[in-house]
Amino acid sequence: MDLPTLWFWIVAFLFVGYFVLDGFDFGVGMSLPFLGKDDTDRRVLINTIGPVWDLNETWVIVAGAALFAAFPEWYATLFSGFYLALLLILLALIVRGVSFEYRHQRPESQWKGRFDLMIVIGSAVPALLWGVAFANIVQGVPLDADHNYTGTLFDLLNPYALLGGLTTLLLFFTHGVVFVSLKTEGELRERARRLAVRSGIVSIVVAASFLLWTGLAFGTLWFWILAAVAAVALIGGWLANLRGAEGIAFTLMAATIAAAVFALFAALFPDVMPASNDPANSLTIENASSTTYTLTFMSWVALIFLPLILAYQGWTYWVFRKRVSRATIEAATH
Amino acid sequence: MNELLDPLLLARWQFGLTTVYHFLFVPITIGLATTVAVFQTAWFRTDKVEYLKITRFFGTLFLINFAMGVVTGIVQEFQFGMNWSEYSRFVGDVFGAPLALEGLLAFFFEATFIGLWIFGWDKLPRGIHLATIWCTAVGTIVSAYFILAANAFMQNPVGYEMNVEKGRAELVDIGALLTNPVALAAFPHTIAASFMVTAGLIISAAAWHLARNQHLDTMRPALKFGLWTMVGAGILTTLFGDQLSLAMVATQPMKMAAAEATYDTVCGADASFSLFTLGTPDGTSELFSIRVPYLLSLLSTHTFDGCVEGINDLQAQYTELYGPGDYAPIIWVTYWAFRWMIGLGMLHVLVAVVGLWLTRKGRMPKQRWIWKVAIWSFPLSLAAMSVGWVFTEMGRQPWIVFSLLPTESAVSPNVTGLDVLISLVAFTLVYGALAVVEVRLILRAIKKGPPELGEPDPESGRIEPATTVY
Repeated sequence: MDLPTLWFWIVAFLFVGYFVLDGFDFGVGMSLPFLGKDDTDRRVLINTIGPVWDLNETWVIVAGAALFAAFPEWYATLFSGFYLALLLILLALIVRGVSFEYRHQRPESQWKGRFDLMIVIGSAVPALLWGVAFANIVQGVPLDADHNYTGTLFDLLNPYALLGGLTTLLLFFTHGVVFVSLKTEGELRERARRLAVRSGIVSIVVAASFLLWTGLAFGTLWFWILAAVAAVALIGGWLANLRGAEGIAFTLMAATIAAAVFALFAALFPDVMPASNDPANSLTIENASSTTYTLTFMSWVALIFLPLILAYQGWTYWVFRKRVSRATIEAATH
Repeated sequence: MNELLDPLLLARWQFGLTTVYHFLFVPITIGLATTVAVFQTAWFRTDKVEYLKITRFFGTLFLINFAMGVVTGIVQEFQFGMNWSEYSRFVGDVFGAPLALEGLLAFFFEATFIGLWIFGWDKLPRGIHLATIWCTAVGTIVSAYFILAANAFMQNPVGYEMNVEKGRAELVDIGALLTNPVALAAFPHTIAASFMVTAGLIISAAAWHLARNQHLDTMRPALKFGLWTMVGAGILTTLFGDQLSLAMVATQPMKMAAAEATYDTVCGADASFSLFTLGTPDGTSELFSIRVPYLLSLLSTHTFDGCVEGINDLQAQYTELYGPGDYAPIIWVTYWAFRWMIGLGMLHVLVAVVGLWLTRKGRMPKQRWIWKVAIWSFPLSLAAMSVGWVFTEMGRQPWIVFSLLPTESAVSPNVTGLDVLISLVAFTLVYGALAVVEVRLILRAIKKGPPELGEPDPESGRIEPATTVY
């Protein structure tokens, strides 16, 4: 495998990390109105991701930086092309992040309610728009000879891309709700499990239609293999959740998202941003990448630091492995 | 209307707004992470409850501030691609590497260990928990290094070769990129200045309580720490600032000329530093000024008989090198930003020295006005830091990468003025609203004072920290 191809898969890996990890943060955020019956419940929900949402979100920053360093043309075309969609994602991530930190600073219920709403919006908007963005990348967008996007925001909101958005929204929602059942106790845990059964069915239907559409239109051998893995994992996860095997259900949901995202990258390969108007204008791994010098250096850095990063992040999850209960929240100082 | 929808102008305003705003939180994060780590270490070693209280008190301020730093930071990274796609295509091969290093080496590190610190009080052994805040602090400082190395490439491009066919700069020497003389001077200068801002915050918070004669057990040591930090960091900021101005004269002489509004090349005693100048409104000649002879020569070359090139001479040189154009930044901005940065910085060191004298051997001044002066430390030191950034970034104009790429050629060609206007308005509104909330929360947390921590555990004889939750 040559270096640009290696970096194509490293970028894919970073986005997989981001969607698997921040994906359940989005799901937990979106579940507040469904699962958070009172303030203590909502605090339990938020505290299931309290220690980790920031490191999960950091995956997108690193993915973005890797894209910039390894594929400057891809980064430039994507970010300037999907301008308003990314603006909405940024604003959503801003309000979500500060809300986690600010919500508990004051006791008034009006104050908390406002930040709860911001968490819900700040989670739902990126969950939807990341799917829209990636579906558009796979489908191709109009690009001129200088690789600049020539469409508008509304060109991005086509049926295929909206189905992609709905898929990520539902997958992240279910992923997050399964995570809640894994990380909480008592009544909340049971309600989360039951909600995941219901949202899981919808997720299976929608995700299957999206993957089928993608496969029929843009499928490659590797896409079909990975999409099949995703489908099996999703159904397996749903069954595991039905039987109350939360750990297995969560692992399989994570596998679903990972396989689905890898499948999209496989459908994209060897393009990175196909031009829908003229294939000659497409951005490919070849013409979008950085020099061998830069990629060699970056490969060494990634080789040394990615295992280290995975190790200390894994350790964090181990430290905070205990379930969050209403009792812990009520006993805590603030 | 066309003027209003000029994408270049709007994109520049957006970059300025979001960067200055983001950079309000960065120095406090850098300085407070270390401050909290220092006091937690003091508690770890002595078991004195005051130190734990100070740790918790500044820890709360740190977290309120940290959240804003994180979320506004994502905008910074996305913005290069969104508004400055031509820049991204041009420099990505070079500039992307330090950004990716920052993410891999620093951001993950910070983000992981901050979570462990916030929620790990009762879940980690004391020593490990202490290590998590030190890791966070190291992460913030490492991150500053990489981003300043990236910025230094814009000020003084090194370690690259031009690929004419692809129309981009390509990295050929990562070592040179990471040891850019501008980065090596800007990094310690910025870190030391961050500690000045943090010292300002500590002094202000402590002064607010000491003026009311409350929380003496914690606020007196905090004040002492703040004052000494201000003096120490002030000296370091000055020393490294001096190094940075040497590097600046060597690499971007126009920026120094603009800082001083020196139109014609001057040498020796004529290379004087103007403390204050009143000019005609069009800025072409001066009416009145207070000047220190030789000082500019000393600052720029470390000699008494050095010469400082003037704006007009540099303009002529650059026109010859790069073709016709205006190669000077906006002089009144650079001139005044440079003075406000230095002036406010010096003032803070002076205030801190006086403060140390007034509080020597446990004295506490009774006069309210002294405390009122001290409370201004925080906003004014933050202002000094901001104008410093405004100076160095606006002083780089009209270049986005000095000598290689003009700012006007760097903007995204396919992003319309309306797009940028929408995002500028959105960021202004959201940032404005968050600023109001943030300031209120910070003031509230300061006024609330350090927490009461209850009785020590009878067995261990020390305070056992309670569970922390959101």
